[in-house]
Amino acid sequence: MKRRHALRALNGIFHRELLRTLRQRGRLVSAMVRPLVWLAIFAAGFRSVLGLSTTPPYQTYVLYEVYVVPGLAAMMLLFHAMASSLAMVYDREMGSMRLLLTAPLPRWYLLGARLLASVVVGLPLVYLFLVVARYWDVRPPMLGYLAVLPALVLSGLMLGAFGLLVSSLSTQMENFAGVMNFVIFPMFFASTALYPLWRLAEAGPVLATVAMLNPFSHAVELIRFALYLRFTPISFLVVLACLLVFFLAAVVGYDPGRGLWSRRGDQ
Amino acid sequence: MQVLIVIVVPLLLSALAGPAAAETIYVSNEQDNTVAVIDGATMTLSATIDVGRRPRGLALSADKKILFVAEGDGNRIDVVDLAKRQIVGQLPTGADPEFFVVHPDGKRLFVANENDNLVSVVDIAAAQVIGTVDVGVEPEGMAVSPDGRYVACTSETSSMVHLIDAGSLELVDNLLVDTRPRAAAFSPDGKRLWVSSEIRGTVTVFDTLTRAQTGKVQFEVQGIRREGVQAVGIEMSRNGGTAYVALGPANRVAEVDTGTLAVRRLYLVGQRPWHVALSDDQKHLISANGNSGDISFIDLENDEVLKSLPVGRGPWGVVVGP
Repeated sequence: MKRRHALRALNGIFHRELLRTLRQRGRLVSAMVRPLVWLAIFAAGFRSVLGLSTTPPYQTYVLYEVYVVPGLAAMMLLFHAMASSLAMVYDREMGSMRLLLTAPLPRWYLLGARLLASVVVGLPLVYLFLVVARYWDVRPPMLGYLAVLPALVLSGLMLGAFGLLVSSLSTQMENFAGVMNFVIFPMFFASTALYPLWRLAEAGPVLATVAMLNPFSHAVELIRFALYLRFTPISFLVVLACLLVFFLAAVVGYDPGRGLWSRRGDQ
Repeated sequence: MQVLIVIVVPLLLSALAGPAAAETIYVSNEQDNTVAVIDGATMTLSATIDVGRRPRGLALSADKKILFVAEGDGNRIDVVDLAKRQIVGQLPTGADPEFFVVHPDGKRLFVANENDNLVSVVDIAAAQVIGTVDVGVEPEGMAVSPDGRYVACTSETSSMVHLIDAGSLELVDNLLVDTRPRAAAFSPDGKRLWVSSEIRGTVTVFDTLTRAQTGKVQFEVQGIRREGVQAVGIEMSRNGGTAYVALGPANRVAEVDTGTLAVRRLYLVGQRPWHVALSDDQKHLISANGNSGDISFIDLENDEVLKSLPVGRGPWGVVVGP
């Protein structure tokens, strides 16, 4: 793999991803409206006027709006990752994925570039949301916006890799409605995005355990801590490990030679 | 390297954001029978001092070396040496002392005896009660004018504030206020007297010269029913421009413009703040939150609550010392 060649491929993939995202106006708008609806309506209806008990990384009582914003930022990444892997299924059906994978570069490199491009393209919207959230008095320290960048990228990569894996498993686009029901919703609701762990533990120890094992929870906490200039090693390691596992599985899954793809081809 | 940055940067920031002056905060824990000692610079608990039963009212001596702690169920005041951090003496007070003030002469304490409908005057040096003044039913809040001429006492059940001449110990006036007055505070120039009403959730402002009501502060917390907004402790800024009022079960501390009597902003603190105190540099405000067992540090320069720190059961009174 020559460096120049690799960079050119990376550039091409980035360019394509950017163009495609920018042309999907509807998707851009809904990606922005979705967390705002949660913040403006759901969070307002959730009674927290007396403040949520102090939960790290917060050092004092916070309103629910403050608590839910990192979870909603992670939700944006999750939806973006799933939409991006939906596009992957589409690409595969249209044949452009086959074309991409025939490039004389390692498969892991091409998929990795595709993954990174998708995450980077999705980041500006997350930042826009974080800025708009200031209107609801969600005001993390200024440096927090910088510190959260690596957390957003890492979480985005992990969720994107998960999306890649899901898309490598689903045989056709129609299956993707199921992904919504069986992947996005459970991942989002059974996590610490909407409720602190102690609140989930009050609802039931099983739910709390599920949330603790849910990689999405760790993505949320990594983002939450970074936004308030704190670091949580456990969540960092969990997100990193999940990224590696999901990505490796996705690479294997996309290998026409021996992965799931070939098995599907035989049918 | 990255790990180092991750560790160092937040520390640096919290050091910058925290109270700069070396101050010590003292909080009475009503249900623990202790006084919590908190380092103001690091915002951490540095010690707890065992005191008598049901400590509530707190005050520093004029030289700020002694802390007086009213023992509600012990019927006396503990004298705590702040260098030794232990009780070095006791003062008699009459029954059930809840709140008291140190007179600017530094020699006398004026104590509200909740069950006896009295204000007792205690000579600190002689350690004895040198006089009593009859006031309304259930006296509670106490304040002394900056020139030392008047002492104000609120009586919860009579819904009155009583003005006492600190020299002759005569009752000078009784002013009607809103239901269940809790705390009183004089403006630094001594021209205004502020009295909080717990049940009505208001603060009534009087002209100390004419004794006429000059205004009333109303509090409203979005999403909380009116009965949940109760005004209790009051702290005035040194320049007299701002008053801070603890709003009890609304879990808020209000910042009030003393000129317009408008609420500038509300700070979300722990559950049921009773009393608030300003740091010496006037940059931080500390609230003692009775139900959640913690105190909240408010950064007044950036208008944000920095931290809530558990200190014991039932924090009630709070003072800031050197």
